[in-house]
Amino acid sequence: MVESTVQESRSRDLDKLLLRPGNLVGSNFEPGPGLREDLKEYVRVLVVGAGGLGCELLKDLALSGFRELEVIDMDRIEVTNLNRQFLFRLDDVGKPKAEVAAKRVMQRVSGVNIVPHFCRIEDKELEFYSNFSIIALGLDSIEARSYINSVACSFLEYDADDNPQEETVKPMVDGGTEGFQGHARVIMPGLTPCFECTIWLFPPQVKFPLCTLAETPRTAAHCIEYAHLIKWDEVHSGKAFDPDDPEHMKWVYVEASKRAEFFGIPGVTISLTQGVVKNIIPAIASTNAIISAACALETLKIASGCSKTLSNYLTYNGAEGLHTKVTEFVREKDCLVCGPGVLIELETSVTLQKFIDLLEEHPKLLLSKASIAHRGKNLYMQAPPVLEEMTRSNLSKTLYELMGKIPKDVVHATGTTKKNDKKTSCLRKLRVIFKGVDGITDMETAAGGA
Amino acid sequence: MIRLLKVKEKQREVAQANGGSSHVKKQTAGELRLHKDISELNLPKPCSIFFPNGKDDLVNFEVSIKPDEGYYRGGKFVFSFQVSTIYPHEAPKVKCKTKVYHPNIDLEGNVCLNILREDWKPVLNINTIVYGLCHLFTEPNYEDPLNHDAAQVLRDNLEQFEINVRRAISGGYVGQTYFSRNQSCN
Ligand SMILES: [Zn+2]
Repeated sequence: MVESTVQESRSRDLDKLLLRPGNLVGSNFEPGPGLREDLKEYVRVLVVGAGGLGCELLKDLALSGFRELEVIDMDRIEVTNLNRQFLFRLDDVGKPKAEVAAKRVMQRVSGVNIVPHFCRIEDKELEFYSNFSIIALGLDSIEARSYINSVACSFLEYDADDNPQEETVKPMVDGGTEGFQGHARVIMPGLTPCFECTIWLFPPQVKFPLCTLAETPRTAAHCIEYAHLIKWDEVHSGKAFDPDDPEHMKWVYVEASKRAEFFGIPGVTISLTQGVVKNIIPAIASTNAIISAACALETLKIASGCSKTLSNYLTYNGAEGLHTKVTEFVREKDCLVCGPGVLIELETSVTLQKFIDLLEEHPKLLLSKASIAHRGKNLYMQAPPVLEEMTRSNLSKTLYELMGKIPKDVVHATGTTKKNDKKTSCLRKLRVIFKGVDGITDMETAAGGA
Repeated sequence: MIRLLKVKEKQREVAQANGGSSHVKKQTAGELRLHKDISELNLPKPCSIFFPNGKDDLVNFEVSIKPDEGYYRGGKFVFSFQVSTIYPHEAPKVKCKTKVYHPNIDLEGNVCLNILREDWKPVLNINTIVYGLCHLFTEPNYEDPLNHDAAQVLRDNLEQFEINVRRAISGGYVGQTYFSRNQSCN
């Protein structure tokens, strides 16, 4: 009976949240021991990234009562990670982060099951992502966030009244840090702003003018970027620079140092070289811990309903004293990624040409000269002439056939529309549904045809 | 959410029924914006665009510019564009594939154009960049040099600069550097 006592004391604090009713709980909160067990059995959380935030997230989630976790990361452990990515040891250098992180947390927290995936996030099928209840992001790149966001939002479906269908909402919890600052946010696609709705929160990257690098360097970073962007190509014609190759990095460091000496500029170091070239932002272990803790708690709140969730964007700044604030951002109504788009019902016999004509007459669109894209395939392009020619033959084909004979899907249309008698160009999301097509059977034909 | 997750088994069945769609490419917001830019391209006359990977890969393309006036008339200069998935948050990567004697383009094809680097803004588009590149051929400037020698000649001796540009286009040595004959002069 030792086992049950251990289990009891382990969940004692969690039980205070999960077993008792309250006034500040989420909607549909049903407290009780069943909830605690359901968290273990039904909730599958994917942690994206096994770096500074990812290590913390895995540990926090495991200690918060989640039992089914998976983690995905394409990186291997480097010596410079060890100061804050606390699951890793010196002996682990060179091993995949996801695998070591999963192993360490499982060794430490009994009963938790963590499946590691050592690969790029783009390598996984959409189906892989659809299997998770919640996706927690511990990333440092806008590209990766944007990708996961588009994946999570692709599961979202709207009903005929443009209301999101609850069961298709794939919640994301996103954390990010930069030195003493960080953010934690909850994204409920269709309900709260998605990553693209608020892309402006991320300032564009600062890039030095090339001629400054070539002619008038003033800082150590200028010297490093000169070696990286200009000198490398001059010397290694045709050989691509690989930021993960230590020899390449050392070469850039040596060249940057020579240049800095020539111009009398101090401050070129190997770690600054890595920082500038890989665009690494300084990471502080404690900031990571604070942000991850917030993310793990939000994950627990979403899954259990034991409290209302963060609404919807928390910023933390520990640089001068401590400042933290929650902002409720609003959705971009016409967001191409998470918005409902315009619902269009069509006969399967409608040709692409007819469809383009329909968009011009559609009262909600009035879109003329439309170019049409479906899932990365350009069905018709009005310009440039070379693409118009390549896609022209599609005009006489049916849209149903061009979309792979599936009962419904999203297409995107670019064209011009009149606003207050002024022509403006716009890009619209359209939800096309074909009339009289039985989903399942036609999916089979489509799969067979593909 | 638990209540929903319990009916998740059902959701999984739906996902499996929709299995066909899980194999298709995911389109990011950046690719959609690029689709818009490309479908609205209105290139200046001496330019043409080429998609080496076919109609469905818009993120890699080439633009060739054949200036019909100025120092570079009669030449043909090909630029490769590589557009990131977070376009327009980040400017496309543009390189000149044709070796050119130009103060603002170095011999490796790096281009010094402010809107490609420090002055890029998400409201700019592919069209703006192409116009910017065309402008480099009508108005090369010695103030933003990437090819130091060419910039110096442009500043100090316009006649010599013109001679050097003609020589580079028709094939031959300018100083220590050899330029092969520009295709478009045939
Ligand atoms: Zn959105």
